[in-house]
Amino acid sequence: MLNMIDVKKVFRTALVETHALKDFNLHVKEGDFVAVTGPSGSGKTTFLNIAGLLETFDGGKFELDGQDVSHLNDKQRSRLRNEKIGFIFQSFNLIPDLNLFDNVDVPLRYRGFNSAERKKRIEQSLDMVGLAQRMKHLPSQLSGGQQQRVAIARALAGEPRFLLADEPTGNLDSQMATSVMDLLKEINRNGTTIIMVTHDPSLAQQAKRNIFVRDGMVSEVTMPAASAATCSMA
Amino acid sequence: MFSYYLKLACKSIKRNPILSALMVMAIALGIGASITTITVNYLMSADPIPQKSKQLFYVQVDSWDPNDAYSDNSDDVSPPPNQLTWTEATNLMAASKAFRQAAMAKSGGIIEPQDQDAKPFEASIRLTFADFFSMFDVPFIYGSGWDQQTDTKRDLVVVLSKNTNDKVFGGENSVGRNFVMAGNTFRVLGVMDDWQPVPKFYDIGNGAFDTPEEVYMPFYLKEELELPNWGNVNCWKTPEGEGFKAFLRSECINFQMWVELPNQAEQAQYLAFLDNYVAEQKSLGRFPRPLNNRLSDVMTWMETQKVVDQDAKLMMWLSFMFLLVCLLNTVGLLLAKFSGKAAEIGLRRAVGASKTELFKQHIIEAGCIGLLGGVVGLGLAALGLQGVKSLYGDFVDNLASLDASMMILALSLAIFSSVLAGLYPTWRACNIAPASQLKSQ
Repeated sequence: MLNMIDVKKVFRTALVETHALKDFNLHVKEGDFVAVTGPSGSGKTTFLNIAGLLETFDGGKFELDGQDVSHLNDKQRSRLRNEKIGFIFQSFNLIPDLNLFDNVDVPLRYRGFNSAERKKRIEQSLDMVGLAQRMKHLPSQLSGGQQQRVAIARALAGEPRFLLADEPTGNLDSQMATSVMDLLKEINRNGTTIIMVTHDPSLAQQAKRNIFVRDGMVSEVTMPAASAATCSMA
Repeated sequence: MFSYYLKLACKSIKRNPILSALMVMAIALGIGASITTITVNYLMSADPIPQKSKQLFYVQVDSWDPNDAYSDNSDDVSPPPNQLTWTEATNLMAASKAFRQAAMAKSGGIIEPQDQDAKPFEASIRLTFADFFSMFDVPFIYGSGWDQQTDTKRDLVVVLSKNTNDKVFGGENSVGRNFVMAGNTFRVLGVMDDWQPVPKFYDIGNGAFDTPEEVYMPFYLKEELELPNWGNVNCWKTPEGEGFKAFLRSECINFQMWVELPNQAEQAQYLAFLDNYVAEQKSLGRFPRPLNNRLSDVMTWMETQKVVDQDAKLMMWLSFMFLLVCLLNTVGLLLAKFSGKAAEIGLRRAVGASKTELFKQHIIEAGCIGLLGGVVGLGLAALGLQGVKSLYGDFVDNLASLDASMMILALSLAIFSSVLAGLYPTWRACNIAPASQLKSQ
């Protein structure tokens, strides 16, 4: 489903050349929930940006849903991103002067859905995160946890195959973080593949698979105890 | 998506009201200055009688000094005089070789209203021939002009402008009533409706942007009543003798003449007639200069006489430079505005907006700012034109007004300019790396 083989990414300035990813290899299956951990500067976010087609890479092969993405132009990458990928960010990235309805509407506009279809999807996704009653509110009128739920609703409204989350609970207190994590697990149970970058080992433990990134490479792949237990019981 | 982008543009403009207001004002100032000068130039160079400007011709024959060519403000090194002598005006009219023809001159006198309480006032007169009214499509509210027999019979008749009829007869139908002017009693034949050709092409020498005359009467009444010369009188030779009759017989020029020639064949024929006329006059000892006759259609005549002032053209180009400076300011302000939207742009890229879609969104926003600038600029242009009026007085009253086409031009120019100014900031915005913005918010 997501297949990276020897992917390389180099950031160059006039003075310095930084190898952010070096022969990065990862295979993610449909329905997987992968937590990506590692020290700061290890290449986690670079990996996530390349996986989300927000950045190009300098070598290797990357297939998304069976499609080689290395030669796609901007329009094709944008369309693929819009149709197959949902993003959740640490800082929510809601547009401050749009209400919740219009924030969730943003990706659907670029999808070309008609007004009735967009309305249905927006209401469904806001309902799923428990904010259907507040769709006319502005982001500034919500708590951090609620804002992240709106961001999740926005990511899910287009029914993507992948959900890419970059420190989704990084700006939340523990109670809200748990609530958001529960929501992500529920989304994954419903069939959406999730790749989550996190610093928090307790959150990583709740994923089905953990990969540890060091110096731009996958150094370790583990099955958390909870998942292993679930698997063995199954 | 267009309506969506319009909605986003409105929100974005409201989000930074001060920055938006600065941009709107920058564009408005540029547009206001440009439209003010364009309007003056446009009205100065407008076709005052588009339905027949290619069929009406101003007549010139060179009766001037053999040793010193006539000179006027045209670029021609030896132009024929821009007016005719009485002799030429009457001879050419008597020949009656054109489909329609009207020699004319400006004069004036004191009008004595019938109402004893009303004060006498001075008014301008256009002395002309019957064809004047049909040739120039002059509209009437009461009656009509006179016929060609009246021209020769020298009847004391007049046609009044609407304004004069309002003043003297209170706007009533005055046809058939008596009208006292310059000590003579005339019979009113007609009252013109509002008629204001801009420029006043038929007598550019007496003020291309003046209002038309207040009273119209048969040409030969100038001789009959010895009406005074108004406007420019130029002579290359001292009149032989004293008095009014001597002036009329002299080589002094004070008369204009227009002919209507509907096709090229008639134009060629009329020019040949002029050549023959001058040849005949040469045999009588007049017209010492080489053959130099001209027929100029309306627009050509206005161009050679430089109706559009060079200063006005210079002002227009200066105002375009000012607009350019305003646009450069707008570029800077748009760069600042779009830089402030980097996080939103990054987010939109992440959720699937292509660079093309972002380009459309931001160029529409620039266009909306331009539209607002255009609306405010129109207000400033109206103020600017008021300023032109107060600076130059009644002389420019007919020039300093905005019509629908100028309003459309102002808005189109504003939108085009702002879109142009928005190209670079928009291109920059579209090329913002989304990844860097999403992490840093």
